[in-house]
Amino acid sequence: MSASVQATLKAEAKDLNFYYGDFKALKGISIPVHDKKITALIGPSGCGKSTFLRCFNRMHDLYPGNRYEGEITLNPDNVNILSPKVDPIEVRMRISMVFQKPNPFPKSIFENVAYGLRVRGINKRSVLEEKVEVALQNAALWNEVKDRLHDLAFNLSGGQQQRLCIARALAIDPEIMLFDEPTSALDPIATASIEELMDELKDRFTILIVTHNMQQAARVSDFTAFMYLGEVVEYNDTKKIFTNPDKQQTEDYITGRFG
Amino acid sequence: MNRTTKDTTLGIMECPTVSETNSRLSHKQGRIIKERVIETLLFLAALSSVATTFAIVFILVYESIPFFQHTTVLNFLTDTEWTPLFDEARYGIMPLVAGTLVTTGVALTVAIPMGTIIAIYLSEFAPHRVRETVKPFLELLGAVPTVVFGYFALVVVTPLLQKIYPDLPGFNMLSAGLVMGIMIIPYVSSVSEDAMRAVPMHLREGSYAMGATRFQTAVRVVVPSAFSGIAAAFILGISRAVGETMIVAVAAGMQPNLTWKATESAATISAFIVQVALGDLPHGSIGYQSIFAAGLTLMLMTLVFNIIGFWLKKRFREEY
Ligand SMILES: Nc1ncnc2c1ncn2[C@@H]1O[C@H](COP(=O)(O)OP(=O)(O)O)[C@@H](O)[C@H]1O
Ligand SMILES: [Mg+2]
Repeated sequence: MSASVQATLKAEAKDLNFYYGDFKALKGISIPVHDKKITALIGPSGCGKSTFLRCFNRMHDLYPGNRYEGEITLNPDNVNILSPKVDPIEVRMRISMVFQKPNPFPKSIFENVAYGLRVRGINKRSVLEEKVEVALQNAALWNEVKDRLHDLAFNLSGGQQQRLCIARALAIDPEIMLFDEPTSALDPIATASIEELMDELKDRFTILIVTHNMQQAARVSDFTAFMYLGEVVEYNDTKKIFTNPDKQQTEDYITGRFG
Repeated sequence: MNRTTKDTTLGIMECPTVSETNSRLSHKQGRIIKERVIETLLFLAALSSVATTFAIVFILVYESIPFFQHTTVLNFLTDTEWTPLFDEARYGIMPLVAGTLVTTGVALTVAIPMGTIIAIYLSEFAPHRVRETVKPFLELLGAVPTVVFGYFALVVVTPLLQKIYPDLPGFNMLSAGLVMGIMIIPYVSSVSEDAMRAVPMHLREGSYAMGATRFQTAVRVVVPSAFSGIAAAFILGISRAVGETMIVAVAAGMQPNLTWKATESAATISAFIVQVALGDLPHGSIGYQSIFAAGLTLMLMTLVFNIIGFWLKKRFREEY
């Protein structure tokens, strides 16, 4: 409870609906995203966690037939990032994402991390070098790769590739970072290292993470939203959700009675 | 066998089970035989193509041997004239190689940029409807008989070029090369496009998620990811250009001419072969032998390009 008192609002979904063509995948979602906190989205497979997450960086704009209704307001400017007047590229410049499966580009480690900077027109060597180093350090990868920054990223292990993708997302100083089941394709050791990393990023970045792993949500997040069939059933402090949820459905899911 | 006879004597109750096992067994054996037959047929089909390739190489080499009794390999490679049918015969292949390389070079300066740009457009930008409309037309371009392209080069493109360069001869490699480039565009674009479309969506999404535009995603992520396929498309285009015959025979001229200037007239290896092969050639004559030597050279050139392509493919193989 104490967390919510101190937290300031970084973004807020207000009565958000989302349609894949005629299929309504999100139904009236309203939750806050607190600044410099980790918010976890949990729920059974197919309940709309990824769909919701991908609204935040307008990923759905890449495919025809998708439609948003309602708002996601982003602070401090209080703009509705779903408005057709807002350029999705502008949104993605402020909100970065890490995917389920590590997806490094066919480039060197250095160029992978520098990608977002180059896309923004930053090409000055000294700036790039500095930002890449900081990002790799923040992603706890620097010591492992500092001697081979110009090797192909594919030569890294799966866990290292995912930390590289985190570094890539960190390098642009995002206001919010979106994580879609970032450890589901990784072995337990790599998963542990990513969770450890999240813990370190916690106080510096606003993070929204989808996970199907409840222990993970309980371990890393400050707030948790439990979703079911396209709706948020319950949103609360993570501690509250996992110790004393308000809704029976939440309790059933958390105790493993369904899902 | 023993067991089956024993089983059948066991009694009525067991009978259905036994016959069932039996039929299942023979069924399985039948399937094994059928699979063997199919496997053998497939193997023979594969073998026949390999065998044909080897036969061609063998014949080319075998029939070229007498040619190299008239001249040395060194002379073949260094002499600056190719007049094997004259009384004062000269056996330098370089004029034909130069003609081939110049026309190929001109063709590639058209086909590679155009083919790649079209592939990027179709794969990354074109709406579904546009892509489905444009592709058949491109494929049609590849289906036009090359003699038509040759004629087009001679009677349309050359006169147009002569308006810009009044000194341009009626037969010239520039015109033939340009038209050949147009002909090759669909080969380059369709293979490159396939390679780009095979790049998984999650890589593109990774790029977009970083704030990249469609163009940045296409050029910085999709093209490098599809590099080996695109290289294969280029090699295919080069092989097509090197071996192309009718366009150059019709529009570039038939006179072997050692020059690197595209504005001149010159014969290519393939044009020479078709020219000589059209004449009445007694078996064993020098003209007959020269065809095989020229053919062998052409094949070795294509082989070199294919090896480069193979190497590029390995060096930049896709790992998504
Ligand atoms: N591209 C799509 N087109 C149509 N329906 C989709 C698409 N992607 C997901 N869905 C549907 O939307 C619902 C939510 O999916 P998703 O957000 O991927 O769930 P989660 O991430 O919670 O497992 C599911 O019913 C799924 O079948
Ligand atoms: Mg999902």
